[in-house]
Amino acid sequence: MSIAFKPEETFRGDYRYRNSDAAILRFPFPFPEDRYMYSVNIEPHTRSGPSDVYLHAFDVDEHYIAECRDKAITLERDPGRCQVLPHMMMAQWDTLELLMESLSADYPALFSLTKEGDDFGSLWTWINRPLGIEQRFVFGDAETLPCEPFEYITRQAQGDFAICDQRDDNLYMDAGMVTSQADWSLEFDVGMSFMEWHGPVPLAHQTGVFERALKYLLMLRLGQPVRRLNWTMSINPRLDTSPESYPEWGPDRASVTPANAGEKVHLRVELQTLWRLPRSNAILFPIRCYLASLDDLARVPKWGKRLHRVLSTLPPQLVEYKGLTRYLPAALEWLAQRDDGAELPVGTAAGVTRLNAPVSG
Amino acid sequence: MIGQTLRLKVAALTDIAPSLRHVRLVAADGGKLPPAAAGAHIQLVLAGPGRSFRNAYSLVSRPGARDAWDIIVRRVPTSRGGSAYIHEALQAGDTLEASWPGNLFAPVRTARRHLMIAGGIGITPFLSYLADFAMSGGEHALHVCCREEEKDVFAPWLAGRSGVAFHWDADGHRLDSPALLAAPPAGTHLYVCGQAAMNDEGIAAAAAAGWPASHVHCEHFGAALVGGAAFRAFLAKSGIEVQVGEDESLLDAIERAGVAAPCLCRGGACGVCAAPLLEGEAEHRDHFLSPAERNAGRLIMPCVSRAKGGRLVLDL
Repeated sequence: MSIAFKPEETFRGDYRYRNSDAAILRFPFPFPEDRYMYSVNIEPHTRSGPSDVYLHAFDVDEHYIAECRDKAITLERDPGRCQVLPHMMMAQWDTLELLMESLSADYPALFSLTKEGDDFGSLWTWINRPLGIEQRFVFGDAETLPCEPFEYITRQAQGDFAICDQRDDNLYMDAGMVTSQADWSLEFDVGMSFMEWHGPVPLAHQTGVFERALKYLLMLRLGQPVRRLNWTMSINPRLDTSPESYPEWGPDRASVTPANAGEKVHLRVELQTLWRLPRSNAILFPIRCYLASLDDLARVPKWGKRLHRVLSTLPPQLVEYKGLTRYLPAALEWLAQRDDGAELPVGTAAGVTRLNAPVSG
Repeated sequence: MIGQTLRLKVAALTDIAPSLRHVRLVAADGGKLPPAAAGAHIQLVLAGPGRSFRNAYSLVSRPGARDAWDIIVRRVPTSRGGSAYIHEALQAGDTLEASWPGNLFAPVRTARRHLMIAGGIGITPFLSYLADFAMSGGEHALHVCCREEEKDVFAPWLAGRSGVAFHWDADGHRLDSPALLAAPPAGTHLYVCGQAAMNDEGIAAAAAAGWPASHVHCEHFGAALVGGAAFRAFLAKSGIEVQVGEDESLLDAIERAGVAAPCLCRGGACGVCAAPLLEGEAEHRDHFLSPAERNAGRLIMPCVSRAKGGRLVLDL
């Protein structure tokens, strides 16, 4: 199926981002039950799942062109959003190879990769049709690309990417391309160990979630990527909710009212995948962000009701950590009007194939 | 690049010494192999008399090679079947099942310098290290301890490589480990791979000379992989008894019997497959159960854990 891109969308200023009906129906809704708590919710990233966002190694959707443009704007304003420590060059080429091979295999109408060989020193030709790019370069020779290989390829992909080097039975965030983050800073975290960069998360440390997750990831195998969903909320469909740009988006939290919550408040879901990289033995950590407004979500009755129940029972520490405190009452008031209290089936599936009419007004 | 097992075809077999056989493997379907890192190994499933063996071998091909993989197999005199099979039965053109590459012995990318000590066939992971350092420019030295007549056996993999020294058991040729490891230079990482006694000696000499443990690495082949002694498990709710083979997990056996068992990570971390244990003692290998839960003996994670005795009873 061909993708109808929407290059006119924006993720700042006039916020011209909109989900098509199809995009809402494939939204990776993260709540299988009426309550939410942290767990090691990791599962194999096979080409299957309850939404078709799981069907490809790296999902490309209707927002691709607009998201790549927004990433370029953020990088131009703050080049520090892409950082790579010097020992990560092998991992940079691993990332480029994995993305180019996966995208060209999964979306042959959009991307193509032609190789004269597989080894370093071989001439490769990369074509990215949606962005109008054709690049001939020597695999393994960074001088033949317009920028270093990790930045080059992640500028052409939706979502954020971190690379974790594995040593001393630990993982270190030694590279990143981070322009659509839920209020964390690569500049602050770069070089940190797994426990250090997870330090601020409330409640999960006490239950040992991070010890287990780290041990599991240290054994992550080549060819067997895994995935999990994480979530938070954002006001307006904004990708760049970074600490560095907080003055541009933080005050929006005060603009939410029960009347405009449906349009303003967005559920922000991250499809996080983890890949063992073949040459460097590092782990690639893509964080793919999906945004849907309460208006969008309430068009799937099960999702609107479940979101109301999850948010109204969320532990106060999580409300604070996720930054929801200011506008949660208004969002709950909006959602409560659309929750009849009916029992909902366990699972994240939408349960409908067509959406209700838009509900806001 | 998603997959778990591969079909490989033996492209060539060469005896490079009386007890060493070089095996070249290609994808059975004629396609590309996944790239692999320095220090990586594959597991081969080898048919033996009455059962199959799952043996791990270091890849000695250059990292990232996708046309063919090379391994070197020593004929173990007390072989339980795997190396004997490769030396006696395997033929060019045969196909084998293999795992995707794993890596429990990758070089440390932040090291300023890499110092490697190999004993005999323990040179194999370092052959791919040398190829990696030739590409990435890592400063390095490799000391190989072997029999004098075997020192030229690895020449095809060492052509053009620098920083390699051979040692053997004769006056003037033995490796003086304490001298080599004295006064560890800042930022140097030490890697040892050989027989257990040599590994232990190298690690002890490094510790005595003041090397930080975080800078000393030793290849532990297959230590973290599934498998162990076979045992039986009775699934009380289902009324089914399953036999758990040496090379499969309890979870695999439960699934093979057609009993639905919830699971997620299959690696002992998530806790989803934790099953009530009614009888028998578990050998816990997971990262999920607390010490108190293990001591209570009422739960087991069948994705990785096994039986200490011959039989378990699960409430499944």
